[in-house]
Amino acid sequence: MAKITMREAISQALMEEMDRDPAVFIMGEEVGVWGGTYAVTKGFYDKYGADRVKDTPIAENAILGAAIGAAMVGQRPIAELMTINFAFSAMDYIVNQAAKLRYMFGGQFTLPLVIRAVGGGGRQLGATHSQTPDAIFAHFPGLKVVSPGTPEDAKGLLKSAIRSNDPILFIEHATMYQVRGEVPEGEYLIPIGKSKVQREGSDLTIVTYCKGLELSMKAADELGKEGIQAEIVDLRTLRPLDMEPVLQSFKKTNRAIVVEEGWKSYGVGSEIVSRIYEEAFDYVDAPIIRVAQKEVPLPYNRTLEQAALPQVTDIVAAAKEVLK
Amino acid sequence: MKKEQLLDLYYQMVLIRRVEERGAELYQAGKIGGFMHLYIGQEAVSTGLIAAREPRDRVITAYRDHGVALNCGISANEVMAELLGKATGMSKGKGGSMHMASVEKNMWGGHAIVGGHLPVAAGLALGDQYAKNDNITICMFGDGATNIGYFHEALNLSKTWGLRVLWVCENNQYGMGTAVSRASAVDEIRQKAEGYGMKNAEVNGMDVLAVYEAAKESMDFVRKEGQPYFLEVDTYRFRGHSMGDPERYRKAEEVKQWQENDPIGIFNKYLLDKKVTTRKGLDEIEARVEEEVQKAVEFAETSPEPALEDLFKDIYAE
Repeated sequence: MAKITMREAISQALMEEMDRDPAVFIMGEEVGVWGGTYAVTKGFYDKYGADRVKDTPIAENAILGAAIGAAMVGQRPIAELMTINFAFSAMDYIVNQAAKLRYMFGGQFTLPLVIRAVGGGGRQLGATHSQTPDAIFAHFPGLKVVSPGTPEDAKGLLKSAIRSNDPILFIEHATMYQVRGEVPEGEYLIPIGKSKVQREGSDLTIVTYCKGLELSMKAADELGKEGIQAEIVDLRTLRPLDMEPVLQSFKKTNRAIVVEEGWKSYGVGSEIVSRIYEEAFDYVDAPIIRVAQKEVPLPYNRTLEQAALPQVTDIVAAAKEVLK
Repeated sequence: MKKEQLLDLYYQMVLIRRVEERGAELYQAGKIGGFMHLYIGQEAVSTGLIAAREPRDRVITAYRDHGVALNCGISANEVMAELLGKATGMSKGKGGSMHMASVEKNMWGGHAIVGGHLPVAAGLALGDQYAKNDNITICMFGDGATNIGYFHEALNLSKTWGLRVLWVCENNQYGMGTAVSRASAVDEIRQKAEGYGMKNAEVNGMDVLAVYEAAKESMDFVRKEGQPYFLEVDTYRFRGHSMGDPERYRKAEEVKQWQENDPIGIFNKYLLDKKVTTRKGLDEIEARVEEEVQKAVEFAETSPEPALEDLFKDIYAE
């Protein structure tokens, strides 16, 4: 096992798949000559050339529209949105095109498309560049939404996404590119649509994903010092949602909190909590608590921004509350 | 053009007209639901245009797509069945009037979001650029689509990247009920292509042969030069924007004036004047169409509804 960063993991996944399949290409703003605004595609332009690492105008409709068209005729584009906030400019392509074209035309079209997008707050980028709107995208049947929380998962899931024949929104977190983690040697794939227990425990279940996983692992360490064993289930894929490991864990611990970076209202947590109540109500020993972002547009000021984002201390407090 | 080819164009135009007239009746009878936008009056546009393509050239259009579907070779049976939402429609009853496509016929869909398919068209051409072939993507859209951002992003991309797209603006004078002059900064839509340094032309869309010639010429350019081209086609829809349009925005005289330039009437006269065929020859074509459309209606009406299990089919490939 090698220990690499999230950035390296994603970069490796892209490179391995580009080496493997000539139909795979990358397109987006500053992916080429610049090397990617988060340096994920650094060196790609020199290695693969301008055609396979295609710089685009700053025009999200053109980027996603063209990626969808190219996918329909057999290419395997990886379209990059510099930030997921720009997805709103191209919402039509995610919602009305990518998620619908196959079904609406009776299965005639196949869209082997990956949309990579960087989301999340915590970098003082202000309200329009700091959002975690994952739940919105997970709302639409026809789209798959993946958001990994470890380098191992990021690499394995991205490779699977690139090989998939369905449109997949792959959400990375802007503050996690330096996160290090063990990654298996050699090639491996991780299936899309499978949740995973990232840490075992018996006292309560923490359901989370992406940035929430990083925070929850730290919170679990804190809780461990006080003798509380938290089990952490990482969703990894938001649609299709794999509830089985969540329910299994909950039936063991009977208590849960859900941790996400997005806003609480109508969020991923709302869905998870509903599903637990619907499918495991008899196992509920305490009301499930959601830890999420405060209901404000994220402010620039660092102190205010951190006050709005979920923190390790919030998770620890919620865990203790649910165990009362 | 050879006689058979000319008569085939006539046949296609009459077929579109009759499929839609019958479609309108079935709509009024409550057998077709949702929105239905008729192409009546504009038949010469897609007929002339698509006659000029090679089978390997792709076609993509907006929601006024029945005519385009028929011109691309999708059968009247399938068109009618899709209108009725039947399992035998090309989109298995899941798309309806606005969503007709056939990968086999290289028809990449009617698309219902105004302007939304233009960047997708650029993408089809991008796919062909990667595949290193010289296929053309013919992208049709209305005048209304040229005022939305997608249009500008797509035109810019096609020129910047040298994509083989023939952009075809069907200027039917109104975006829904709003006249071009009330919605567009320029009345002559093709001026917008100038802003992208794109070669362009304008043609009378009521004359199928003029459309054909202009299409041929522009496709030759696109194929040879590896550059997009913008063709503005002046036309008019004789019916409302969609079924149930109160048509408060235009005068009956205006409609009547355009109807005197009925593309089928013009071509009918041309074929007789040039002695390509006789009145009897045209009657035979019309009778053939009548029979084909009648059969299509019967096919559609007797076709099965999609099975309830199909509700969950084709959401994903995997």
